[in-house]
Amino acid sequence: MAKVLVVTSGKGGVGKTTTTAALGAALAQSGQNVVVVDFDVGLRNLDLVMGAERRVVFDLINVVQGVAKLPQALIRDKRLENLWLLPASQTRDKDALTDEGVGRVIDELRSRFDWILCDSPAGIERGATLAMRFADEAIIVTNPEVSSVRDSDRIIGMLDSKTVRAERGERVEKHILITRYDPARAARGEMLNIDDILEILATPLLGIIPESQDVLKASNVGTPVTLNNADSAPARAYTDASRRLMGEEVAMVVPAERKGFMDRLLGRRAA
Amino acid sequence: MDVRADPTRQLVRLRGRSYVAFVFSPVVPIVDWLAEIDATLARSPGYFVGKPIVLDLAAVDLSGAAIAHLVGSLNERNIRVLGIEGVDEERLGGNMPPLLTGGRACVITRNEPAQKAEPEAKPKPTSLLLDSPVRSGQSIVFMEGDVTVLGSVGSGAEIVAGGSIHIYGTLRGRAMAGVNGNSSARIYCQRIEAELLAIDGYYQTAEEIDVSLRNRPAQARLEGDTMKITPLN
Repeated sequence: MAKVLVVTSGKGGVGKTTTTAALGAALAQSGQNVVVVDFDVGLRNLDLVMGAERRVVFDLINVVQGVAKLPQALIRDKRLENLWLLPASQTRDKDALTDEGVGRVIDELRSRFDWILCDSPAGIERGATLAMRFADEAIIVTNPEVSSVRDSDRIIGMLDSKTVRAERGERVEKHILITRYDPARAARGEMLNIDDILEILATPLLGIIPESQDVLKASNVGTPVTLNNADSAPARAYTDASRRLMGEEVAMVVPAERKGFMDRLLGRRAA
Repeated sequence: MDVRADPTRQLVRLRGRSYVAFVFSPVVPIVDWLAEIDATLARSPGYFVGKPIVLDLAAVDLSGAAIAHLVGSLNERNIRVLGIEGVDEERLGGNMPPLLTGGRACVITRNEPAQKAEPEAKPKPTSLLLDSPVRSGQSIVFMEGDVTVLGSVGSGAEIVAGGSIHIYGTLRGRAMAGVNGNSSARIYCQRIEAELLAIDGYYQTAEEIDVSLRNRPAQARLEGDTMKITPLN
């Protein structure tokens, strides 16, 4: 059964694209057939983070409008043969996407892949609503700060009302992924703590990704962080999150200030 | 063979039938009386539609032109006059309703279909129950009565209720109760971190809510012109 997973947040700059690339690569590493789809038409980034920017010929808009066939637009990753990218157009804008067109492309992707990861643009407008429209599951990427948490709350409300599943009376399964978690600042009380975030959002936790230079390094060389340095703290946190997505029980780790951040095992399997 | 029967003479049969008509008895000044009619129509428009109406002019002494004007005024209000009583026939012009005589008073039985249908309609619900959290950006408006939320109300969400608001969770957004002018409406929540509370137009913003009340179960009510927020239990 193919699963359509939207990576969304409302707020910009919280790590949606990084998360899409890292989880896509982690799922592909464990043998799943994965495609990552960039919905950020006009401001595409996923091709850069995946290191495929020099191989883009056709894009999502071309496929939606029927100018190109899906296989022409799909780009295979050079490192993992079962990881693919469907890039966005940089020259068009989000109005070029249509409901039916996107639905048709998603249906076609469902027949080819196990996981379809949709990288949503920031905001709550057309691009973001279309990215979540056909989702079965959603990852809400949240930073431990009030503005990000409130935007996430808004996005959860939209997932519960504006998706095809919601309109059919079904649920979109939702997960919170806390990114850019800084243990030092959390210890000083400068960030929202994880319990507060989960209490506000009333949604299960998928993982906590620590703030790390490794993330920036990986995007600069165009490699998903899970492939660039698999032993780094963010890579391990993303790999754990991908295993939870596949239904495995993995103990939740709250990154701690000291080097051995595995110290504090919470054992909490999401609220 | 062609058989031709003589055409039988069709008899014009005259049958009698009686109907119940509303009788209007105008009084002077006619302008004031028409105002009364207008008031009735304002309360229930269409009340006279399709009803036979008879004008009884016995109580007033109107000229032919005045009667024509009165009938015209009623026509403007969609009241069609079936006939006129209590006036000399010569005062009625050719295109006026005919003169009627020999009417008998009777009780008007009301059997309008609109009234029959009413008991079938279910009474409107007077409370709204939401069993999921209200998320940021959502606005719940229920003017008919109370709103109950099983879950939290997010920052940037709002609940607007004609009656009271009950929140079994944390209230982080706005709650506006008694918006129809119901000053006895109240707001209850299990944890108060509200951005704004309002009852019947009187409001308090987060800044004005006492810090000592925060993060506790609380209720808000109106006492005269002031909003009282007190801890529950």
